[in-house]
Amino acid sequence: MRLGAHFRFLIVGLALALTVAIAQPAAAQQINPTANAVKEQQLLDALRGNPSGEVQGRISIPDGTAATLIRPAGREWREFHQGTMLRVGAIAVLGMLALLAAFYLVRGRVKVEAGLSGRTMTRFNGFERFMHWMTATCFIVLALSGLNVTFGKAVLLPLLGPQAFTNVSLAAKWAHNYLAWPFMLGIAMMFLVWIKDNIPTGTDLKWLAAGGGLVGKGHPPARRFNAGQKVIFWSVVLGGAALSVSGVYLLFPAFAGGVLNLQFWNVIHGVVSMLMVAVILAHIYIGSIGMEGAFDAMGSGEVDLNWAKEHHSLWVADQMKKGQAGAPAMQPAE
Amino acid sequence: MARVKFLCDADRCIECNACVTACKNENEVPWGINRRRVVTINDGKPGERSISMACMHCTDAPCAAVCPVDCFYTTADAVVLHSKDLCIGCGYCFYACPFGAPQYPKVGNFGSRGKMDKCTYCAGGPEADLSPVEFQKYGSNRLAEGKLPLCAEMCSTKALLAGDGEIIAQIYKERVVKRGYGSGAWGWQTAYKETIAI
Repeated sequence: MRLGAHFRFLIVGLALALTVAIAQPAAAQQINPTANAVKEQQLLDALRGNPSGEVQGRISIPDGTAATLIRPAGREWREFHQGTMLRVGAIAVLGMLALLAAFYLVRGRVKVEAGLSGRTMTRFNGFERFMHWMTATCFIVLALSGLNVTFGKAVLLPLLGPQAFTNVSLAAKWAHNYLAWPFMLGIAMMFLVWIKDNIPTGTDLKWLAAGGGLVGKGHPPARRFNAGQKVIFWSVVLGGAALSVSGVYLLFPAFAGGVLNLQFWNVIHGVVSMLMVAVILAHIYIGSIGMEGAFDAMGSGEVDLNWAKEHHSLWVADQMKKGQAGAPAMQPAE
Repeated sequence: MARVKFLCDADRCIECNACVTACKNENEVPWGINRRRVVTINDGKPGERSISMACMHCTDAPCAAVCPVDCFYTTADAVVLHSKDLCIGCGYCFYACPFGAPQYPKVGNFGSRGKMDKCTYCAGGPEADLSPVEFQKYGSNRLAEGKLPLCAEMCSTKALLAGDGEIIAQIYKERVVKRGYGSGAWGWQTAYKETIAI
């Protein structure tokens, strides 16, 4: 009994000694875990070669995006937003306004050369005018509220003071977020309804070569839409599509897939919108003060026959042919 | 006036997340808002390091630069704060922030993010110091009580340091010299455009 206990003690002692003997060389070889610790500089260096531009780690909270420790790409986006964006916007908007003012001073209002005939023909029906003005009113609100995000701080804030400016900006943000939907609907409708008249043709090249009647003398022939209007159409459709895609991602940030994508879509949205504003300024000019008789097309929908003959000679010819076959375009007085 | 900073000594951080809990409790932040978080880099590999990260109160803060309503301001102690009355919840500060600091109470779409929330360095907001309305909007104002942010104050390993940037840099330098290694002042190059030379 006692001998057995002694023997057991000896066995345990031997086993312990053996363990220590094995463990000792291992301890001597043990790597100092601090020697190859990940360093901040390593991370920042890795970042330069890292296409995602993020330093990823692990985090125990459910929000996986919070595992990104440092994201220097934010600084590049800031450079864009506080630099390039302001320049692009100022040049596009002010540049276009200056250009239009200069054009008005040099060329003046484009008159109907033959004078108004007093007889009219239908250019845009009620539905076409509805979708145009729905899109147009949305665009004006979207453009102003969007410009406010970029320029409001410099332009409106000193005028209104902080709290009033916030109230305006908050209302503008909600308007921007909700009017985006009828705007997108309008873009889609205009695309479907007007694409058949907006396919580029050889007539457009001749129209452009002749300066579109804006510069030089005479009016080159055009169908329902001349090359200038086709440029507006495709700018609105393609620009509107780019704004729609980028805008929807910005509205639904969870679907954009990370903040780097949000930054990308924000850049697209900003640049395209500024160019759109410039294009639409030119469109508004030529559709109102820039040209006699042009506003009626979208106003009452009825344009003067002489205006139509000068600006859309081929379209008038088409309509006349149709008019002879169907209902006459001009009703005689009873 | 001091230029206050945060410094996380990653060689001391044990990823206990007590700073996160302390922050949530002290400032009574709602569910889903994490003003502070602990990220583990190279998790499971030799030399992994955990870093406690929050708003670093940057010099020349990107959030303030891009804010369309100019709701940010920097205090005399160089703490970057914002006004929730002026914030419109546009999310631009989140796009610009290099540390993912801005938080939003709502995750809804259609711009319904709600007013931005972030680490205040336990310095409250623009309201009167230690007023109930200040606490309700921004949480604690320990700075007004002469105390430092709770996350750093109660860090069990003293990994997270808060206070005058020069003093905490000196503490960190002494540590690195004494123990012979240091993984760096995480985020300092990005936030303050400087690092601690040892």
